[in-house]
Amino acid sequence: MSNENGFEPLIIGFTCNWCSYRAADLAGISRVKYPPNVRLIRLMCSGRLDPLFVLKAFAGGADGVLISGCHPGECHYLEQNYKTLRRVALLRNMLTQFGIEPQRVKLLWASAAEGVRFAEEVSKMVEEVRALGPLNWSQIAGAPEPTDEELTPPDLAPPPSSQSQPVMEAVS
Amino acid sequence: MSEKPKLAMYWASSCGGCEIVTLGIGENLLLVDEVFDLAFFPCIADFKVADVKGYPDGYIDVCLFNGAIRNSENEEMAKLLRQKSKILVAFGSCAYEGCIPALSNLTSREATLRTVFLESPTVDNPEGVLPQPRHQVEEGVLELPYFYHTVRSLDQVVDVDYYIPGCPPEPHQIWAVLQVVVAALTEGAPLPPKGSVVGAGDVAVCEECPLEKHEKTVARFYRPYQVRPEPGLCLLEQGIVCMGPSTRSGCGARCPQVGMGCRGCYGPLPGVEDQGARSLTALASVLDVAGKPGDDEQELEQQVEQAVATIVDPAGTFYRFSMAHSLLRRAKTNGAQKEVVS
Ligand code: SF4
Ligand code: SF4
Ligand code: SF4
Ligand code: FES
Repeated sequence: MSNENGFEPLIIGFTCNWCSYRAADLAGISRVKYPPNVRLIRLMCSGRLDPLFVLKAFAGGADGVLISGCHPGECHYLEQNYKTLRRVALLRNMLTQFGIEPQRVKLLWASAAEGVRFAEEVSKMVEEVRALGPLNWSQIAGAPEPTDEELTPPDLAPPPSSQSQPVMEAVS
Repeated sequence: MSEKPKLAMYWASSCGGCEIVTLGIGENLLLVDEVFDLAFFPCIADFKVADVKGYPDGYIDVCLFNGAIRNSENEEMAKLLRQKSKILVAFGSCAYEGCIPALSNLTSREATLRTVFLESPTVDNPEGVLPQPRHQVEEGVLELPYFYHTVRSLDQVVDVDYYIPGCPPEPHQIWAVLQVVVAALTEGAPLPPKGSVVGAGDVAVCEECPLEKHEKTVARFYRPYQVRPEPGLCLLEQGIVCMGPSTRSGCGARCPQVGMGCRGCYGPLPGVEDQGARSLTALASVLDVAGKPGDDEQELEQQVEQAVATIVDPAGTFYRFSMAHSLLRRAKTNGAQKEVVS
């Protein structure tokens, strides 16, 4: 479809303020290399992630969304990340119906010590999304309807099984 | 007599239910007739489009426009009625936010045509005839409206003054709105600010719902046929999908009161950008799948996936009425709308 050469996926990443942001930070300070495709947005907790943020990211041109938080049981706001888990699972199912592949939404638990793992998982995701290709949502949502000229017949050819021209028939 | 304000009601991609409830305002119809002259109302009176084309711009005082924009004729009529009307009201969920017609934004134009004209078991179409926007006959060219790829709401096509939500709107709400309009036209009373959602409340359906709530969570959801609701108790807390928490009030919580979860027809709450996202959050919060520290993370994720899979059609459930107004607006489908069926 579109030109795959040089496609750099744009990934919006949400981290919580505690474990997962520190993991990202640690990856940075320890100079672990990972692709620069992720734009991180820090929330206080992954539980703050409104599914709306993910929809906005896609509608606004993101190719993937990363959501990361503390490991289950380690959320700094008790069990908010369990809620995140439920929301993201349900959101993935819903996005599949919109034609958005589940791999474009990644949930990643990372403790403050897991800088290397954070970097590895991000790299993996970037490659997965690269393989899926660009999403370009504005073109999907805003796809133009055909113009008047394009409507001249044959607008839709008959299925291959039929050889005859479309005809209008009186009901007998 | 000819000095009475002019009323119009039109159906675009509509089921006709909106006109039926409008006629359901009962004897108040006589009052409407006293105040207004009908200028266009295909459901009950014999006007032609040519009549409307002949009116001066702004001739119609109030036009109640129901139905979504599904094809080129709907769009043409929306533009015509906008030009001829002082106040254009998006009437009912279809015109307001796409409603049931816009659910087909989850599929493509080709797939819809194929299902309807070729594959449905009741179809007998051996020649595979599909609707042609133009067709040459001896007498000239016949035209049919062009079926669009994406269904839109009225305000995605023309400027809209007011919105009346509901599928269909409740008759008492329609009457309340008409009274406001009549007061404005006859006594110069103020109209609500342009762009308002009228004929509805501004809290959630839950607030109007008399069923008892206990802040309980559930392990899974049930489809209506799978469970008999316990009378008097909140449906959502019994695992029955209910959009009450994410839907605007105004109907009096009609559905939950008879054991049917709210489907969301009054649209999003004020200030909510995307009803589906809000509904998703509301439903996910009622699920009680939670683990404890040290649980196997993969197992936990599997449990959660099983629990959320009990909502079988999330997109169709959360956006049953608001697909056209959703942030994503439609699904990515394989066929672009200009591809031919092959
Ligand atoms: S809003 Fe509901 S009742 Fe009105 S036309 Fe649409 S489907 Fe029918
Ligand atoms: S049944 Fe539905 S509308 Fe009524 S309180 Fe429960 S969730 Fe809200
Ligand atoms: S309960 Fe929900 S679906 Fe039923 S009429 Fe009210 S808003 Fe519409
Ligand atoms: S604080 Fe990290 S997920 Fe809640």
